[in-house]
Amino acid sequence: MILIYLIVILLAGAFLAWITGKQNPVRPRIISLVALSIDLIIIILYVLQSTPSNKDWLIDIKLDWIPAFGISLHLALDGLSLVMLILTFFLGIISVIISWKEINSKVGFFHFNLLLILAGITGVFLSLDLFLFYFFWELMLVPMYFLIGIWGHENRTAASNKFFLYTQASGLLMFISIIALYFIHVHSTGVYTFDYLQLLGTAMPSSTGMMIMLGFLAAFLVKLPVVPLHNWLPDAHTEAPTAGSLILAALLLKTGAYGLLRFIVPLFPSESVVFAPIGMLLGVVGILYGAKLAFAQTDLKRLVAYTSVSHMGFVILGVFSFNELAYQGVVIQMIAHGISTGALFVLVGQLYERIHTRDINKMGGLWEKAPVMGAVGLIFSMASLGLPGLGNFIAELLILIGAFKANVLMSCLASLGLIAATIYSLRIVQKVFLGKANTDWKMNDLTLREKIVSASLVIAIVWLGLFPRPVLNTAKPALLKTLNKQKEITFHDRIITNKINIVKNLLLFSEIEKKD
Amino acid sequence: MTERDFLCLTPFLIIAIAPVVIMIVISILRNYRVVYGFSVLSLLAAFGSIFFILPSVPHTIEPLFIIDGYSMFFLGIIIISALLVTLLSYDYIKQLDGVKEEYYIIIFTSTLGASLLAVANHFVLFFLGIETLSISLYILIAFQRSKSNSIEAGIKYLILASVSSAFLLFGMALTYTAFGTMQFGAIVAALVIHDPLSTLVLSGFGMMMVGIGFKLALVPFHMWTPDVYQGAPAPVSAYIATVSKGAVMAILIRFFFILRGFNNHYLFFAISGIAILSMFVGNILAIRQKNIKRLLGYSSIANMGYLTIILLTGSNKGVQASIFYLISYFFTTIGAFGVISLLSTCEFEAEKIEDFKGLFWKRPWIAIVFTLSLLSLAGIPLTAGFIAKFYVILEGMKAGLMVLIISMIINSVIGLYYYLRIITTLFSTASEAKLPELSLIGNITLALIGISILVLGIYPGWLIDIIVRFVTL
Repeated sequence: MILIYLIVILLAGAFLAWITGKQNPVRPRIISLVALSIDLIIIILYVLQSTPSNKDWLIDIKLDWIPAFGISLHLALDGLSLVMLILTFFLGIISVIISWKEINSKVGFFHFNLLLILAGITGVFLSLDLFLFYFFWELMLVPMYFLIGIWGHENRTAASNKFFLYTQASGLLMFISIIALYFIHVHSTGVYTFDYLQLLGTAMPSSTGMMIMLGFLAAFLVKLPVVPLHNWLPDAHTEAPTAGSLILAALLLKTGAYGLLRFIVPLFPSESVVFAPIGMLLGVVGILYGAKLAFAQTDLKRLVAYTSVSHMGFVILGVFSFNELAYQGVVIQMIAHGISTGALFVLVGQLYERIHTRDINKMGGLWEKAPVMGAVGLIFSMASLGLPGLGNFIAELLILIGAFKANVLMSCLASLGLIAATIYSLRIVQKVFLGKANTDWKMNDLTLREKIVSASLVIAIVWLGLFPRPVLNTAKPALLKTLNKQKEITFHDRIITNKINIVKNLLLFSEIEKKD
Repeated sequence: MTERDFLCLTPFLIIAIAPVVIMIVISILRNYRVVYGFSVLSLLAAFGSIFFILPSVPHTIEPLFIIDGYSMFFLGIIIISALLVTLLSYDYIKQLDGVKEEYYIIIFTSTLGASLLAVANHFVLFFLGIETLSISLYILIAFQRSKSNSIEAGIKYLILASVSSAFLLFGMALTYTAFGTMQFGAIVAALVIHDPLSTLVLSGFGMMMVGIGFKLALVPFHMWTPDVYQGAPAPVSAYIATVSKGAVMAILIRFFFILRGFNNHYLFFAISGIAILSMFVGNILAIRQKNIKRLLGYSSIANMGYLTIILLTGSNKGVQASIFYLISYFFTTIGAFGVISLLSTCEFEAEKIEDFKGLFWKRPWIAIVFTLSLLSLAGIPLTAGFIAKFYVILEGMKAGLMVLIISMIINSVIGLYYYLRIITTLFSTASEAKLPELSLIGNITLALIGISILVLGIYPGWLIDIIVRFVTL
């Protein structure tokens, strides 16, 4: 039941925030903060009191929802979702705090949307029923659309429409795939169910499997995003309010990565192996192209947005390497990127509140005026370029080593991304904080509230860089489970094809003998 | 006629007697509120009487009526929709000058026509029902006699609907020539002997398809829709989009399934073509509309296109899906038109998209219902429309209609684009325009519709169970 509570608390908080927002703009903020804190505390208490076990799922709950179609309310928690949930609630709290001064109109409705998105994300990380998963997947969209469309910057309408159409169109493709998978399962077993655990290992011809997998991939790769499908991201990130950009970059993109790990690899073990070279290539292209575009931007927020494209390239590279090292890297990358890019967006938001521009060319020499802010900026730029000691380094190193085992060429090309990252990250520091002041801005340094936010993010990224073991250990069983399933089934396939060949040969033999 | 026959016809009797009573009442005393209250109560009574009949279904009254779970379900949907439209009409009709009590009389006669279609088992009743419905609609559409728009729409509908009725009648005549019977069951029996279908029969069916296509506004028979939707009073547009189309859909599905038309290649391809065309034309033309009533008109064309897919599934499950779809579509459409009619006054019809600018900040609750309706039309989760679309896609894919389903998916994305445009307007910065005060009844009805959309979207299991239990063809 604890898993249902997590979602219900957020939903209840959302409605409360909306209702109370009319009388007093502070109430929705406090309510959101409380709701998210309760969730975070619940999950942390759970981690502290639970003993390590070898069970596949730490918590598993299944209730009927629409029995006529075999749809159930199946939520389950394993190490991977646990890690993602902690990230979700932590960054959720951060996003409420950073909006404290930024959002002044329609505060109640803002927090309603914020909590609804977080509820959707929580649901995505927990659902083990494909219909339920799609339900939550879509649930994230509408409030995000409002968040960008109502509280965003100048071009918010176009950006929010683009975001919605891209994600919705690709989501529908996934939906078709889900239903196709459902029917294939019905045909082979006669059981009507959308349950993930039952759909695992559904036997199907590999061409059909490929089509179905491509439907799923469409949704995940758009969300991630992968280069030819990334067009919505820079606009959406740039136009969204700071909390929106933070959630988009740090959490929404991760649902795509999570989808790859949770659904693509276990559901389509042999098909994903076939797709792996293309997947890795897409990853490398994303890394290099994202980095190049990031370097070319003058809008600071857009720059940070493109770094996301680059960093997410590592995720897809790792996922399609199919080995433990790479998968550990992927998990760390999801978290490290969430924190570091989130922090950069927070920084851009803080700058924008003070000087009302995002144009890099108008900045410069801000270190003298705001040394604390400069230091925070420096730390996260270093994180973004992969400096040892910070989380991103561990992640990218693990992914590159893992990918090297799988595909040497791709891994070598991807490592060029680190150099590109150095260039664009140093450019941020140099153009914004160092160098000559182009305009004489009057600005103050971080306030206490902002210092708390930045400090907690800094602590998180340093901790992840120096001591990633707890995260790795938590996620490890889930990752191994994914990998084993994949190996076991591809291996199994091979045995079957071998057996079929043997039988064929025998038959051939016997026919020849008969003729003789 | 036995006692049981009479019992089974109670809802129809109530709907037929109510307008007579209203006529007598207004010849003695004209009181808008009394007539309104009486209409609402009669519709409620008619709906309630369905539950008394349920134990005695299925029952056939030879040769015209067939009272089974399917027809009772449609009857229920039709009466509920008529009730909702009536509830939402209160303010809108009250503001009109001149006589207005007659509006409710005509609502009853048209509902009678629509409900006859749900139980028809014979061409005679089919035609009677459709004519009663159409003739009442001519009057309803042109009810605002002072407005040229309204008159224009009325005449347009009059001419096109009579032409289409002529087609329908001719088609029936040809079929009758071929088989010598007008009862659905007997036609099926005759078909077995006549197989393969002769030109005579096929042209008969083709002509009937044209007639029905007009009533459902399927492409290429859709031209009247936007003008009529725009010219008619908003509650009447809601009525046409829901009750009238739903009833025609009811008889189409029954006739088609009894005939097993999906097994015939010509019909299969013709209907697939019509469905795909309706989806694309409806959605693409809707994109550039600035008038919400016209836009909803085009969107209804597309929705009927989605629903036509069901005809080709050829399974009871498909019929069940269509009923769920219709229920969700009815709530959604009445919700959207209800918002328009509540915000309109007799001088000013709130129909342009700009009229709704910033509605959310001025009238949050109404805007929420409107948003929910639009999201439901677009098929976004948490709303009834999502489950409905899912149901149709599920049954369509089960029947292997991949081309149709993929066009439906493409169209959902196109549709999303224009629904989003309206939603964006609702949430943009408010304009200065003044909005009318809302009546309590209107508010309650809209709230009910909003809640139904949400409930059907979040927990649809119970309704699906009921449908599965009662509806078979």
